[in-house]
Amino acid sequence: MSPRPAQAAAPGEPLLAARDLQTHFELRRWGFLRTGSVRAVDGVDLTLDAGEAAAVVGESGCGKSSLARTLLGLHRPTGGEARFEGQPLARLRGAALKAYRARVGYVQQDPYGALPPFMDVRRALEEPLIVHGVAPRAERERRIEAALEEVGLAPAGEVWGKYPHQLSGGQQQRVVIARALILRPRMILADEPVSMLDASVRVEILELLRRIQREHRLALLYITHDLSTVRHYTDRVLVMYGGRIVEQAPVEALLERPQHPYAEALLAALADPDPANARRERPVPGGEPPSLAAPPPGCRFHPRCPYAMAGTCDVYDPPALGVGEGHTAACWLRA
Amino acid sequence: MSPWREGIARLRRYPSAVAGLAIIAALIATAVYTVIAIPYPQAQELWRGGERWQELPVNAGPVWADRLLGGDAPRTLTASSAAAETVEEAAYDGVRLNRTVLAVDYPYTEFPSEVTLFLEADFEQRRPFVRMRWRTPDGEVIPLGARRVGEQGRVSISQDRGLESRLGRAPQVGLFAEPGPAGTEERPEARPGRYELILETVHFERTSQLAAELVVYGQVHGLLGTDHERRDLAVALLWGTPVALAFGLLAAVGTTVTTLVIAAAGVWYGGWVDALIQRLTEINMILPLLPILVMVGTLYSTSIWLMLGVVVVLGIFSAGIKMYRAMLLPLREAGYIEAARAYGASNPRIILRYMVPRILPVLLPTFVTLIPTYVFLEASLAVLGLGDPVLPTWGKVLHDAQAQSALYHGHYYWVLEPAALLMLTGLGFAMLGFALDRVFNPRLRSV
Ligand SMILES: Nc1ncnc2c1ncn2[C@@H]1O[C@H](COP(=O)(O)OP(=O)(O)OP(=O)(O)O)[C@@H](O)[C@H]1O
Ligand code: SF4
Ligand SMILES: [Mg+2]
Repeated sequence: MSPRPAQAAAPGEPLLAARDLQTHFELRRWGFLRTGSVRAVDGVDLTLDAGEAAAVVGESGCGKSSLARTLLGLHRPTGGEARFEGQPLARLRGAALKAYRARVGYVQQDPYGALPPFMDVRRALEEPLIVHGVAPRAERERRIEAALEEVGLAPAGEVWGKYPHQLSGGQQQRVVIARALILRPRMILADEPVSMLDASVRVEILELLRRIQREHRLALLYITHDLSTVRHYTDRVLVMYGGRIVEQAPVEALLERPQHPYAEALLAALADPDPANARRERPVPGGEPPSLAAPPPGCRFHPRCPYAMAGTCDVYDPPALGVGEGHTAACWLRA
Repeated sequence: MSPWREGIARLRRYPSAVAGLAIIAALIATAVYTVIAIPYPQAQELWRGGERWQELPVNAGPVWADRLLGGDAPRTLTASSAAAETVEEAAYDGVRLNRTVLAVDYPYTEFPSEVTLFLEADFEQRRPFVRMRWRTPDGEVIPLGARRVGEQGRVSISQDRGLESRLGRAPQVGLFAEPGPAGTEERPEARPGRYELILETVHFERTSQLAAELVVYGQVHGLLGTDHERRDLAVALLWGTPVALAFGLLAAVGTTVTTLVIAAAGVWYGGWVDALIQRLTEINMILPLLPILVMVGTLYSTSIWLMLGVVVVLGIFSAGIKMYRAMLLPLREAGYIEAARAYGASNPRIILRYMVPRILPVLLPTFVTLIPTYVFLEASLAVLGLGDPVLPTWGKVLHDAQAQSALYHGHYYWVLEPAALLMLTGLGFAMLGFALDRVFNPRLRSV
């Protein structure tokens, strides 16, 4: 597999850029009465350069998957804009949308659910190629073999005819990664790719993603709720809270000098010797995650923030403020 | 191993599945044999009836059934002039007197059902004249009258009223009875032996010819018996097999596949598409299938293909849609479908390649058990008089039997044979279907 030459995007322009991106889900009663909306993605600004690996970290329900799906074009954004290679995603239709789908690979959380149970590995990997008209069959088989080798499932003949339930979780996820790579994308969106795998194979899979990302100079958006897995595998971290990005920083800067109280709390939980606190389901800082249907006014973190300033934090929404080289935080403390 | 092959392998452990498969295989083999041995146009032709059946008895039961019950009912015996010797006794002035003896060796103690003489004359202008006499094994000679013979002649000896009054009983009884005054025995018995029909023909032309064939009709015939039009039921029962299987299979495939695809489309597109499909289904569910079929059959045509079309069309928005919908609904959220969207699979591809195959294994048992219900539907229509106008089917045999009051007249075979085939079909598919249900529906497997 050879990386495609960068197209369209002007030099210096990021591969992916989102500005004030919003995806709101309407809540309806009886299928037509509007009763409100869930603001799963609510004003996200982010950029991702070609060949860059970034992590999106946030607790469960903060809108990470919704963000990924919006960037994949599976949800239509209800506001704002996302551009890929300079093209606004919302305006892609027909052939252009299909071409975009070939340029973005998707790795899901649950590898077993991500593979059709009635297709063997060969067939599952052949599907994207058929959809995109890759012919002849021999060419498809060559690419399937190459992709399987790439993800460490060599010799390909061994897994070729197997069904998902005959593979281990790690192997399944490798097949999913192979499928995400088979159309030679420019960007991979990996939505919690290891959270459902055994602890023993998580590192392997993360290392595999990182290696592939580097070798092919792919952009990687690695979505996780677990800050402990970002250090060696990404270049930059975006901290997401309540449908927004509250802090962005190079990985080292974030881990050493977090600027947003939420990021600080996440890190503190990491340092906590009690492993139960590093577990996923427990909200890391005390208190409830914010409701996305009725987010708190002002700073969304203020009900849980130990530094919250009455009269400011619960009234005014903090903008993203520069706090260092490539480092921003949305917190009034940094003003 | 694919889930399908695994399922088939597991199926072998169910004896009922093996038995069901054996029955279905036998039916299919019969169907294939029939279609090859009696091609479709020939089957239609045969079932139209007429002359080709004239040497078969009316309403004869199957031979084996009679023998099984310890009976000795006579089979049909024939004697043809082609095999007999014709002696020219005298000739003068272009007029010839010929004598032919048609002999039958009658081994039975029961009487034949009919006796008929078929004649065929070949002449220029003047028809030959024939005098007929009957000679019993005891040497008694009974005159059967005389007549001129046209190109085709048929002498229904057993229908001869004059002869009947002379003999004092039905001719087919009187001609074969033990000698003695009529009506003395409780239950008369036939006298086995050699019976002869003596034909004395007067030809008025030098070249005129007469061919004769004596048919002494039995009371039993062949493997499956005959109907009121002398037609061999084997034709209808054999041809009923491919018709029944084709109708059942096509109707089941037609309704299942269309219903499944429509249900999947409704689930996938959601919104008004789904709502429309739901409403159509609800309307269709209260439409009664059988009365509509009767109406179409009565007002338009009873062609089996038209009926098939109506069954499939009315079956599309059937109650099955609700069931499939419930099974398909969770797939909307399935990760592999989201992945398929993400790599650009089109909506039709998602419906046909990702949704439908997922529930096919669950559907297979329902599908298999659906086949015989359509076979029964076709039979029911035929019994109601809405059978295909030309094709012989099991249902039409039942219809004829009912119309001729077969059971009242004791022709049980006429009803039992098609009924047994229908039941066998139902049994075969049901046994396979139940076993498939256990293999492919995990909820039942542990039971
Ligand atoms: N299609 C949808 N319709 C309505 N609400 C949705 C939909 N998808 C997600 N949501 C809601 O949006 C919110 C964010 O969900 P999302 O899955 O993006 O969170 P997440 O950060 O990925 O969480 P997790 O860590 O549990 O995966 C949740 O409250 C969820 O219920
Ligand atoms: S803005 Fe105020 S409430 Fe929000 S994180 Fe900063 S200090 Fe806390
Ligand atoms: Mg998620």
